[in-house]
Formats: sequence, structure tokens, C-alpha cells
Amino acid sequence: MSTTTLERQSPPQAEPPAPRPLTRRRPRQFTPTDLVVLLGSALASISLVWVVFYQLTLLAGASGFVICTLATFLVVYYLANRSLFGNMAAINRVIAALVSSCAAVVVFGLALVVGFLATKGYHLIGWHFFTHDQSRVLQSSPASAGGISHAIIGTLEQVGIAVLIGAPAGIITAIFINEVGGRITALVRTVVTAMSALPTIVAGLFIYVLWVSDTHHGFSGFAGSLALAIMLLPNIHRTTEEVLKVVHGSLREASMALGAPHWRTVWSVVLPTARTGIVTAVLLGIARVVGETAPLIVTIFGATYMETNPLHTQEALPLFVWQSYRLPNAADIQRAFSAGLVLVGLVLILFTAARLIASIRPGFTNRMVERFKRTPKEASA
Amino acid sequence: MSDVTGTLLPPSGDPSGPGGDAASPRLVTSEHRLDDRLFRGATKTIGVGVFVLLFLIGLFLFIGALPAFDKNGPIAFLTTSGFNTLGAHPVFGVASMLFWTVVIAVIAACVGVPIAIGTALFIVEFAPARLRRVLITVIDLLAVVPSIIFGLWGLVMLEPRIVGFEQFLSVHLKFIPFFRVTSSVFDGSAFIAGVVVGLMIVPIVTSITREIFALAPQGEREAALALGATKASMIRAVVLPFGRGGMIGAIMLGLGRAMGETVAVATIISVTLSIDPNILQNGANSIAAFIVLRFGTGGSLGLAALLGAGFVLFCFTLLVNLAASFIVNRSRTGASA
Repeated sequence: MSTTTLERQSPPQAEPPAPRPLTRRRPRQFTPTDLVVLLGSALASISLVWVVFYQLTLLAGASGFVICTLATFLVVYYLANRSLFGNMAAINRVIAALVSSCAAVVVFGLALVVGFLATKGYHLIGWHFFTHDQSRVLQSSPASAGGISHAIIGTLEQVGIAVLIGAPAGIITAIFINEVGGRITALVRTVVTAMSALPTIVAGLFIYVLWVSDTHHGFSGFAGSLALAIMLLPNIHRTTEEVLKVVHGSLREASMALGAPHWRTVWSVVLPTARTGIVTAVLLGIARVVGETAPLIVTIFGATYMETNPLHTQEALPLFVWQSYRLPNAADIQRAFSAGLVLVGLVLILFTAARLIASIRPGFTNRMVERFKRTPKEASA
Repeated sequence: MSDVTGTLLPPSGDPSGPGGDAASPRLVTSEHRLDDRLFRGATKTIGVGVFVLLFLIGLFLFIGALPAFDKNGPIAFLTTSGFNTLGAHPVFGVASMLFWTVVIAVIAACVGVPIAIGTALFIVEFAPARLRRVLITVIDLLAVVPSIIFGLWGLVMLEPRIVGFEQFLSVHLKFIPFFRVTSSVFDGSAFIAGVVVGLMIVPIVTSITREIFALAPQGEREAALALGATKASMIRAVVLPFGRGGMIGAIMLGLGRAMGETVAVATIISVTLSIDPNILQNGANSIAAFIVLRFGTGGSLGLAALLGAGFVLFCFTLLVNLAASFIVNRSRTGASA
């Protein structure tokens, strides 16, 4: 018994002189074998589902194909990995594949939505589309007749007024919760959070009852602005509060210690420090509400002509899309797609601007100015 | 923050304090100056104003809906299905709308939540730093795409491509009751609307669960990995249990959003006022979508009925969202797992 164990141990004892090659083992390394397994599983599942879907059963539908391929891929990938690396590694790989395909689905979904709209709507985009309204367009006119200038002006005015009302309210609410505080802070925060999930149509109906159905006001662009302001407030509040939280407490304390009153501290220290963040919050908030359709349906009524007075019924981009696509004309539906593309373009511009401003580090611009001022002095000295 | 100006010395009864000679220490009071009192009062007014605003929204909808509640009684309004407000014997109520609203929201959650949680896990655990930033931007971008755009996409692009899948489900998974169909028209179904709304709630669920997952303690993660756990088992043993409360809250928030989704649903569905459990076939409804589709029809009683439906939706989403944010906040502060 003891001899056998000795014999078993002897080979490793004999070997030590030969040094093992010191290769660094990285558990996360993706070897060529892994790549082959991945591609092989993908190919196998695609071809299998293709045969079943289009050759054997004639099941139609692109979405079904994608779903089945994904499911088959996960099974094949698991089996292949299990036979090569064992069960535990295989589960790990499959979870990683599953989770990354979730992320891929989201990216793919966004690309589909935007790409779909771009291919459907690009035909009409041009100078004419931006500079004319729909007032002289007949039912028999081609899609290229008229444009959406009235809707663009309407949207800009309504959103502009909404920002004038909603942004200060949102920022002050954030200041109240983060800087002033008190016993009702938690309550106010809960209420604002609940408001951010308020169905948009409910905000619209509220303004309808409060402002529109009241005898002497009626439908108007301003009513739409009020509804949008209600949507804007919690959006801007939430982002602003996050930004104010990041402002360092020592800055506030320094200001207080110098004898500044509280409002001065907020106005001259906290808000300037959080400036880029607040601008980002406002821009992101605008990007969120600029495409809101539901509250506008019950507040601004719509128009086919240019109306610059927001106290009258006005058109808006989202409302134009909503009304046009429901008409039976192919030309109207084409205009709906193009106006939708313009709307998405507007949202994208706002979103990109918000991102760019957010990426500016606080104080960055000030430092640039300082350096710019200093350089001539140093050169002369 | 309010205590920064707290007392260093107890306020003395002498009002001439600050102007005293240099030998005696400066009087510091906990009283706010007049301008600070104005500032604090003004911000507080706005803060309370938000609270009042939410209350007013509910109140005005309720007042506007009173004629509808009075006509057949509030209980009947909740239990009747229909929107016949013009005849001599009006019959209307939100029962079927409420049913379909919940159905669409549940479908949306079934579609959107797994994708959202998977994406959140990918962002937190698997993605390299650069890809992580890109993905977060993409998710944020998805959140700002207008809902009318999702509606058009669902109607024109998704619907023709998903009808085959619906057919497949209705043929091969018939044993599940709600996959049965009584007609062969699959357009405008609750399922298609649910899928589109599911994509729309991905951003909110992803961003909340991402935050919660990122809060899972680093030490326990590393402990699991050091004991030889694979990444998958580490997630199962550490990240998911830690984030359970937050996940439940995020799902409820997603449900709340899905119930309030208006234009995308209104674009896709064909309205039905009956309650039937066939989610795959033509015919669905939702309170929000019904309001925009029938707004301006049905006379003054119809308007009151729609406002009543809006009031029901308001109460419903408010309850769901308050419960959800309560759960999320609790799990964020670590009060419960």
C-alpha cells in the first residue's frame, strides 16, 4: 500500500529540474478556441433555424426567426462549451452570452427605430419642408406640397414657454430639497418622484379642466406649454438634485464661514459650481418633453396654418405626426414620417448638446480663461 | 444643510450684540437673517407648491368627472364596460379599459424587464469601461425617443414581422389559455402593444437596476471570486440577492410607466370594449389610449367619463409608483435586501 503511494508520488519528484514555462494565466482570456466555439455555435444555430423556418415549416416572420435563433444559439453554445470545458464554465459562458445579447437587443432596437424612421422619412426633408405650412395643401396635393414650418414654430414656442415655467420650478424644488431642507423634504421628494411617473395624458387632462374647458380660454399653445411644464418639472428636478448633491460640502461651509447669508451661498457658490450640470438637466428635460404627444392632443387642438401667437390654437411637431398618420392619404402618412424624422433629429440634437455640456468638467472654462489671461503677462515678464 | 448656521454661542437677550466692542466675542444667533428667511420661505413655498400641484391634478380630474360618477354611481363606473354616453340610457365604465391596461403593462414587463435586467448586469459586470459608457448613453437615448415614434415603428415595421410569431404561439401554445384565439386577425393586439411598450420601459428599469447592482458590496464579490466562483455564480450568489428589493421596485416603476403609456399604445391597438383573455388577436384597450382616441366624442357626459377614466388611471399609477419608489429607496439605503 505504502509503496504504491510512493510510486505515485515519484514522477513529480523527478520532474522539478525542468522548469515549467511561466505563462501568465488570465481567467478572462479569450482564446482562439473560444472564438471558434462562439462562431461555430452561431453558425450552427442560424443554419438549423433557417432550415426549420424557411425550408421545412414555412413559418414566416422575421421576429420569430430572431427569437428562435437566439434560443438555439444559447443551447448549442452551452452544449459545445460543456463538452470542452465542463458544466460550470459552460453555464458561465452562456450567462455571459445571454446578458450581452440583452444589451445587443437594446442597441439593435434603438437602431431599428431610428433607422426605420430615417428610411421612411428622408424623402421630404429639404428647405421647402421647413419653410412652408399646410394651409394651401389640398387632399389631392402630392406629399411634397407644403411643409411643417407651422409645427416647428409651434413646438419651439410651446417648449420655450414650458421651460420658462418648468425649469425654475424644478431647479428651486431641487434647491429646497438639497440646500434648505426641513421636515417636509422627504415628502416633497416622494411627490416629485411620483410626478415624474405621472401619465402624460393625465397632465394634459388636468390642464384641459383647469385652463381649456374654462369658458374664456379655449385650446391654445399656452395650454400645451402648461401641460409640458408639468412634465418638465420633475425631470429637471431629478437631474438637478443629483448635480447639487455632488457639490462639495466644504464649499458651502467656506462660504458660510466667510459670513455669507444662505441665499448668497446658494446663488454664488452652489449654483455656479453646478452650472454645467444644471444646463444638462434642462436640456435633457427638454429632450424628454419635446416629443410628448398625449398632453398636446387635449390642449392645443392643432392648426394647418402658421400661428405665432401662443394664446391661439397652434400646431406642434408631435401632434402633426399623430394627426397626419391617421389620415387615409398616402401623402399625409409620408408627411407624418418626415415630420417624425425632424422630431427625432431635434431630440438627438438636444441630447447630444446635453452630453457635450455634461462632459465639460466644472471649472474647465474658468481655467481656460485664466491661462489665456496669464500667458501674455508671463511672456512679458 | 440647515444647521450650518447653527449656534456657536447661545443667543443673548441683548439685541445690540453685533455692534459690540472688539473684546467681547461676536454674537452668533441661530436666527436666520431676514433675507435668508425670505429665501428659505420662497423655496419652501415652491416645494410645497409641487405637493399642492399633484393634489390639484387629482382634485380637478375628480371634479370634472363628477357628472359621470353621479350618473350610474362610482361603483358601476368601475365595474361596467362600455362608452355609450349619448343615448337615453348611457352605459359606460372603465372595467375593460382597466383590464387591458393591466394586461398590456404585464406583457410589457414580461418582455422588457428580463432584457433590462440583462442589460444592467452586462453594464455592471461584463462590459469593459468604454463599452459601458456607450451603452449608458444608448439607454439614455432610448429614453428620450418620443413615444409617437415608437408607435409608428410598432405599427409599420414591427407589426407585419411579428404577426407570424403570434400565429406560431396561438397554434403551438394553445394550452395556455390566453394564447388561444377566436379570430384569425392578429393585427392591433395587446401583444404587439405590449412588446413595443416593453422596449419603452427598458431605459427606466435598466438605469435603476444598474445603480442597485453597482451598489453590491465589492468585498463580497471578491470573496466569492476568490473562493473559486465563476462570474455567473458570483452574480447569483452576491449581486442578485443584494439587488432583489431594488429589482422589485424597478419592475413596479416599469409597470407604472407602461400603464401610463398613451400614444404608442393608441397608435397600435384596435379598440375593443369587451374583456376577453385573448392577447394575441385583434382588439385591445388602455385607459390612456382610449382617452386620446375618444377625446371630443360622446358629448359632455362622454368628456366627464373620460376624465373619470383619467382619474382612475391617476390613482392607479400613483399608488404603483409610490409603492415602487418606497421599495427602491429602502433598498438603496440598505435597509433591506
